[in-house]
Amino acid sequence: MLELAISALIIVGAAFTFIGSLGLARLGDFYTRLHGPTKATTLGVGALLIASVTFFSTRGEGISLHEVLVTVFLFITAPVSAHLLAKTALHLRVHSIAPTPAQVEVADGAQAGETSR
Amino acid sequence: MLNIALIIAFTLVCAALLLSLWRLVVGPDHPDRILALDTLYVNTIALLVLLGILLGSALYFEAALLIAMMGFVGTVALCKYLLRGDIIE
Repeated sequence: MLELAISALIIVGAAFTFIGSLGLARLGDFYTRLHGPTKATTLGVGALLIASVTFFSTRGEGISLHEVLVTVFLFITAPVSAHLLAKTALHLRVHSIAPTPAQVEVADGAQAGETSR
Repeated sequence: MLNIALIIAFTLVCAALLLSLWRLVVGPDHPDRILALDTLYVNTIALLVLLGILLGSALYFEAALLIAMMGFVGTVALCKYLLRGDIIE
């Protein structure tokens, strides 16, 4: 029963990790690619770490809490690095497949015209 | 059953590593490459956790924790460099 639960958690975690990297490799532009690794991969590694906590806690050597440290660290740092990456991409004006809203474009054009004059 | 699950998981995580490596090589922009490096280190943590379960050793978590910390610092440093042209101002 316990082995079944650990195996299921390992499979689910590895599958989510794979889906995250698949998103990174297959999606269209940087802003959509950002979704895969920051959400799916983090969830997958979280599931793998829960499987590891269960595995080491039920071997009769007391509760194992190393993994919780890795989990907490990963869940805190993933959004921070995703935010920094998105900010960098916006700063470098990385191409996006989504068209810019017309109003924003008009306002941008007006602003650029003012500054160039 | 655990061994079969571990074999499947190793295959999936290694495929994930290869896909991120492909994105790291192909690019096309700098943020894409930084994101690929970020994904690579998270996948490496997953691989180390699986190795710890397979070999029944808790030693690998120290390595996983170190990779988690250093990987985050590396991502932040690279982003800061692209954003500001400098890492520590």
